[in-house]
Amino acid sequence: MKAAVLGGTRGMGRALARRMVERGDWVTVLGRDGEELSRSVADLSARATPGTQVHSAVCDLEKTAQFGPALEAADHAMGGLDVVVVTAAVFATQDKLEDDAALTQKLLTVDFANTIVFCEEARKKLLGKGKGTLCVFSSVAGDRGRKPVVLYGAAKAGLSHYLEGLDHKFRQQGLKTVCVKPGFVRTGMTDGLKAPPFAGEPDEVAAVVLQAIDEGTPVVYVPPIWRLVMTAIKALPRFAMRRVGF
Amino acid sequence: MYEYLMSHSPEPQVSGWGNLPGPGREVRAEDLTQVWDAPLFRGLARSYGDSSLPPPSRPVVVSTVLADRVLKFDESTGILRAECGLSLAELNRAFLPRGFFTPVTPGTQFVTLGGMVAADVHGKNHHVEGCFGQHVTRLKMRVGSGQVLECGPDLEPELFWATVGGMGLTGHILEVEFQMARIPSPWIWMESERVPDVDTYVRKLKEAAPEWPMTVGWIDCLSTGKNMGRGILMKGRWAHPAQAPQHFPRPLPNLVFPFTAPQFLLGRQTVQAFNFGYYWKHFRKKHERIVDPFSFFYPLDFVRDWNRAYGPRGFTQYQCVLPESAGEGAARRFLEVLTRRGGASFLCVIKDCGPQGKGLLSFPMKGMSIALDIAVRDNTQALIDDLNAFVIAEKGRMYLAKDAFTRKEDFEKMEPRLAEFQRVRQKWDPTFKFKSAQSIRLLGDPP
Repeated sequence: MKAAVLGGTRGMGRALARRMVERGDWVTVLGRDGEELSRSVADLSARATPGTQVHSAVCDLEKTAQFGPALEAADHAMGGLDVVVVTAAVFATQDKLEDDAALTQKLLTVDFANTIVFCEEARKKLLGKGKGTLCVFSSVAGDRGRKPVVLYGAAKAGLSHYLEGLDHKFRQQGLKTVCVKPGFVRTGMTDGLKAPPFAGEPDEVAAVVLQAIDEGTPVVYVPPIWRLVMTAIKALPRFAMRRVGF
Repeated sequence: MYEYLMSHSPEPQVSGWGNLPGPGREVRAEDLTQVWDAPLFRGLARSYGDSSLPPPSRPVVVSTVLADRVLKFDESTGILRAECGLSLAELNRAFLPRGFFTPVTPGTQFVTLGGMVAADVHGKNHHVEGCFGQHVTRLKMRVGSGQVLECGPDLEPELFWATVGGMGLTGHILEVEFQMARIPSPWIWMESERVPDVDTYVRKLKEAAPEWPMTVGWIDCLSTGKNMGRGILMKGRWAHPAQAPQHFPRPLPNLVFPFTAPQFLLGRQTVQAFNFGYYWKHFRKKHERIVDPFSFFYPLDFVRDWNRAYGPRGFTQYQCVLPESAGEGAARRFLEVLTRRGGASFLCVIKDCGPQGKGLLSFPMKGMSIALDIAVRDNTQALIDDLNAFVIAEKGRMYLAKDAFTRKEDFEKMEPRLAEFQRVRQKWDPTFKFKSAQSIRLLGDPP
C-alpha cells in the first residue's frame, strides 16, 4: 500500500506511519516544517523493512494552495497513491479560545474548512485512480456539544458529518472513508492536560487505526473503550449534561 | 482537552519507580526546543527514588518519551543516532530482528536513551563492556546558557564525562549517538547453577567472569547460618546461529499489575515462601539451555506496573558496589548487616563489576554490586543508614538512580569525585538552572 500521511511527523500520525513502513507500506509524510519532515523521513527509513520507500512533501493545513501539489508530489514520488491519512489539526482549550477570536477563527478554519478542502482534493485524486481509502482523524469531541470543547467539538462534529456523507456517497464508487475518533491520547497535543481514565498511547492507537484502514471500517473509536464512554455520554439527558463538567 | 482534566489537584505529585511521591508534575513534550527552561528532563521514570523528581521551587519535569525518532542508522558500522526519548523497548522491537542490540542493557527495557546516559547504566556484561556511556560517541545537549551543542569523548570531553552518569544535572540531553552491538543470533545460550551459600556464589561469579560475557544471579537474603545467601547463578552469551532456533523469539506477554497491593502482602513470610520456591524450582544443580533475550534480560518487564506490588508506602532499591579491597567475604558481611536489621527483600542481585568508567559520577567500580528491593517501613531510614555505614567503611558507593534515603554527609563520604563533578557542572550551569529533588537532597543545591 502507498500512503500519504498529513501530520505524520507527530503524535498518532508518527506512530501510524511507523507501523506502516515496518510492515512494508510505502509512506510520504506531509507536514509544514522541512526540518521536522527530514527528521521523520530519517526515522521511518531506519525502521522500514528493506525495499520500502519513504518520502516527504511540504503541506500546511493553513495553506490550501499546497494541498493539490502535495498530494501530486506524493503520488509522483511513490508512483501511486491508495491511502490518504489526515492526523494534523489545531487544538486549544475552550478557555483559551473564548478569549482569542483570531485563534478561534484559525482553529475552525484549519480543523473544519481546510481539512475538508484537503479531503476533497484527496477524494478526487483517489477516485481518479479508481479506488482508495481516506482516513481522517476527527474526535470524540464531535459526538456531543459539551462545555470543555464547545468550539473544537463544533469543528470536529462538522468534520465527522462530512466524512459520513462522503462514505455514503462514494463507497460504491471505490472510495472508502475511515473516520477515526480518538478519545484522550497522550500526545504532544494533549500535553499539560491531566489524563482521564482510559487515556491511550499513540502506538496502541496506530495499531487499531491501521487495521481499520485495511478493513475499511467507517467509524473507529480509539482506544476502543471510548465507544462505550461516548455511548454513555450521548445517552445523558440534556438537563444532566448541563450540570456536569464534561 | 476537558475542563475536569485541566483541574490539577492543589498539590500535584510525581514519583519515580519506587512510588515515593514528591511535589511536581510531569509534562510530555514532543518538541524539546519548546521546553528550554525546564529544570529537569526525564525519560520513563524508572529511577527508583527522587533523581527524576523536579525541585519543589520549579515543580515541573519534562518527560521526553514523545521525542523518540531514530535520526541515523548505519548498518555497516552499527552507529545509531536518535532523539533522547527513544526507549530500549522500541529499539529492540526495531533492531533486534536485524541483528543489532544495545551494547549495554539494564534490567528493564522501559528506559530511554537519555536516561541510560544520565544514569550511565550497566548490565550483566559490565565486567566486559563497561557502562552504556562508554559506547556513546556523541551527545547533543542544551547547557545552562541555552546554547545547544554537541559533545563526546573527543569533543568537550569534560562536559561529556560529567553528563555520562550526571543524572541530568549538566543540561538537557537532546540526542544520543552510540555504537550498537552486532549479535550472532537473537537468542541467548544460558547456563544456570544452584549455589549453596553466598561465599560460594561470589567465588563462582568471579570464576565465570573470564569465560562468560554476561553473568548475574539472585540470592536468598533471608536464609541464615550455613545456607546464608544461597542462590542461583546465571551465565549467558549470545547463541551461535547453529545452536539457536530459526524463528525470532516471541516478545513477552504483557500483563498488568492491576492495583496497589495491600501492605501485609509483602511481609516476611511471603518473601520467605517466594525465596524457598524460587531456589528449589531450580532443582537440578546445573542447567544449560537456549532462552529468549527478553526473559533473560528483562524478567520483570512482562508485568507492567509491578511496582504496585509493594503497596501504598512504596519501596526503594538499595544498590551498592563494594570494591575488590573489601575481600570475598564482603557480601556475607553485608547480608549480616541486612539480617540484623530484619531487612527482607524479594530481589537480591549480586553482579560482577569491571573497572570504573570515566563518567564523573558513574556508579560501578571494580568489585561487586549488590542490589535489593526494600518495601518502605518505619525502620527503612535506619536500615539504609546502617548499610551505608558498612559501604563507607569498605570504600564502596551507592547508586544515585536507585537512592531515596541516603544522607548528604554519607554520600559525600562515598564520593571523592563529587568536587570535580560540581566544578564542571558549575562551569556550564553557574546559576543551577538544572537540578532535581535528589540534587537538592544530596548535592546541596539551593532549593
